[in-house]
Amino acid sequence: MSKNKTVNGSETTHSDINTNSQIIIKDLWKVFGRDSKRVLGKKYRALGKEEIQKKTGCVIGLREINLEIKKGEFYILMGLSGSGKSTLIRNLIRLVKPTSGSIVIDEKNLTKMNNEELLNFRRETFGMVFQHYGLLPHLTVLDNAAYGLKVRGISKEDRYIKAKEVLETVGLKGWEDYYPGSLSGGMQQRVGLARALANDPEILLMDEPFSGLDPLIKRQMQDELIELQDKMQKTIIFVTHDLHEALKLGDRIAILRNGKVVQVGTPEEIVTKPVDDYVQEFVRDASPAKVITAGTIMEPAKIILYAWEGPKTALTLLRKNKRRAAFIVDKSHRLLGVAQEDKLEELLNKPEKVEKIPESALRRVPSVGPDTILEDMFSIVTENQYPVPVVDADNKFLGVVTTDQIFESITPMGGEDNV
Amino acid sequence: MFEFPEVVTIPLAKGIDFIMSWLLIHLDGFFDAIGFIILQVVVGFEALFLFIPWFVMIPLAGLAGWKLVGKWKTGVLFMLLLFLIGTFGYWELSMRTLSLVIASVFFSLLIGIPTGINMARSDRTEAILKPILDGMQTMPSFVYLIPALMFFGMGKVPAMFATIIYAVPPVIRLTNVGIRTVDKEAVEASKAFGATSRQVLFDVQLPLAKPTIMVGINQTTMMALAMVVIGSMIGAKGLGMEVLLAINRIEVGKGFEAGLSIVFLAIIVDRITFSFSEKK
Repeated sequence: MSKNKTVNGSETTHSDINTNSQIIIKDLWKVFGRDSKRVLGKKYRALGKEEIQKKTGCVIGLREINLEIKKGEFYILMGLSGSGKSTLIRNLIRLVKPTSGSIVIDEKNLTKMNNEELLNFRRETFGMVFQHYGLLPHLTVLDNAAYGLKVRGISKEDRYIKAKEVLETVGLKGWEDYYPGSLSGGMQQRVGLARALANDPEILLMDEPFSGLDPLIKRQMQDELIELQDKMQKTIIFVTHDLHEALKLGDRIAILRNGKVVQVGTPEEIVTKPVDDYVQEFVRDASPAKVITAGTIMEPAKIILYAWEGPKTALTLLRKNKRRAAFIVDKSHRLLGVAQEDKLEELLNKPEKVEKIPESALRRVPSVGPDTILEDMFSIVTENQYPVPVVDADNKFLGVVTTDQIFESITPMGGEDNV
Repeated sequence: MFEFPEVVTIPLAKGIDFIMSWLLIHLDGFFDAIGFIILQVVVGFEALFLFIPWFVMIPLAGLAGWKLVGKWKTGVLFMLLLFLIGTFGYWELSMRTLSLVIASVFFSLLIGIPTGINMARSDRTEAILKPILDGMQTMPSFVYLIPALMFFGMGKVPAMFATIIYAVPPVIRLTNVGIRTVDKEAVEASKAFGATSRQVLFDVQLPLAKPTIMVGINQTTMMALAMVVIGSMIGAKGLGMEVLLAINRIEVGKGFEAGLSIVFLAIIVDRITFSFSEKK
């Protein structure tokens, strides 16, 4: 489970944006109502939602949306009902036609396509999952899963083979001949997911897929989706109003309000640095321990010992810094373990001279990666007296996290906010 | 005291009369062609129903009641009702009426279902059609019975024409409503996978709207049956004419027998068509 692989703290979110964006949305507006284009004119453009509705009778669905979504990203659109999140995801596939602006996907401009191009593009690029499943009750589970392929004109034999495959992937093997009506909500949504995956789409659109399910099933489906995404690495655009779901699943989250994007960021950024009161209110119940990662709060270790330093140097260093132990790394900065004062003294007291600290004298301590969320570190810090070392995939020593730091960062910001 | 000013008049009646006479002169061949087609269909159905002898028809009705409606009791009821019609001496006339009704329904569906589909797909079409449908259902039927006579002459064809006008609205309305109330997400899902509007219609909208459309067909059939008495006034042979004759001669008993025969047919037709709407 390494859903955070692509987002490592804040550094990736701002860099390299134009180079690998798969979906680029520029100045997208959707206005519902008669003669909606006039709302985009200078006279109304800057007005608020209510004012525009009063003066023109038009309802703003989306305004000035600018988003870039990377290939393979798990992207969340979040907001309350009426915020425009569902409208936005429907614009992406042009189930709703944008009033102005552009949507470019894989360098193709969706807003300029004619009907036939659009149909082909939908067939090749997208798979979509709906809140109320959107299954066809008169078809069997197998035919439902194969529906996208049928639309593409693939032969019955071939589409059944593929559909059976995806049904197995989502755990519905053996249910092929049932009708959706006889399945539970969770299972129906699995059929919905299978149908979307059968097309092997590049982009998976999910419109509140789990919000109709009861909590246990919901969590299970979320976990399975994370697992599936680890294997598939598809671009997923996921609409939800559930913050916990957003934080759990998303690589990045865009928060919408009244048709406008108010903040885009990693779960960690959203929770720790909400841009305004609205987002603040949204994330109030969020547990920071679930989003803040070790990489963000780690600090460089006060002292680091190198493997080639002898026990004597080590001991001198420790005493100078008034420490009882220190991390030891090798020459490529890989973590070897912890050298303790008493162990070093023991080595010095030995009759033969010890040049290097032998590995047997080191204590191994549990380490974490920079992506590890704080919640997963609780058990480590309670059983371990040392700061927790943070290492990368090559075991390279990056820094340490102390118990104090953990508690400090998960304590809700008090003081001045409560005035 | 407050009478409507007489000077304010719109010569609608004159206009319609003018259009009528124009149509009669210039589109005579057109109406003849339509009349011919309609007649062929009725005559076809009539030949079929009169060809099947009563001792085959009654068991067939029983079988239909049992298999389609799903209860053997209904089958027995159907057989009993048909048998009673026979005992009244109206077997042949019933079959003629039935052919007329079935042919009318056939044309009503041919016109009504595509119209309903178009109505569901465009709000503008719906807005235009709604008042027209209201008119078709509330306009006293004699108003269009007379022009029908002028176009098609006496007989079955004008009777059918009037029946279609009266009976087609329910199937149009219910097709429209049925398609409009299909689960929005199912339609969206179909579109999201790149379905053409034709695929959306045949894969999703029509199958999901089927129960509602079937109710429409049932209603259309019942209204067609109700129209047969009036149709008989312009020379369509059948049970309606018997009712009319009996009333003219003040033969109350005869009138009831013929009237009951119509009711019996209605019960059978209603149960059968309704059973289609209940099926998945």
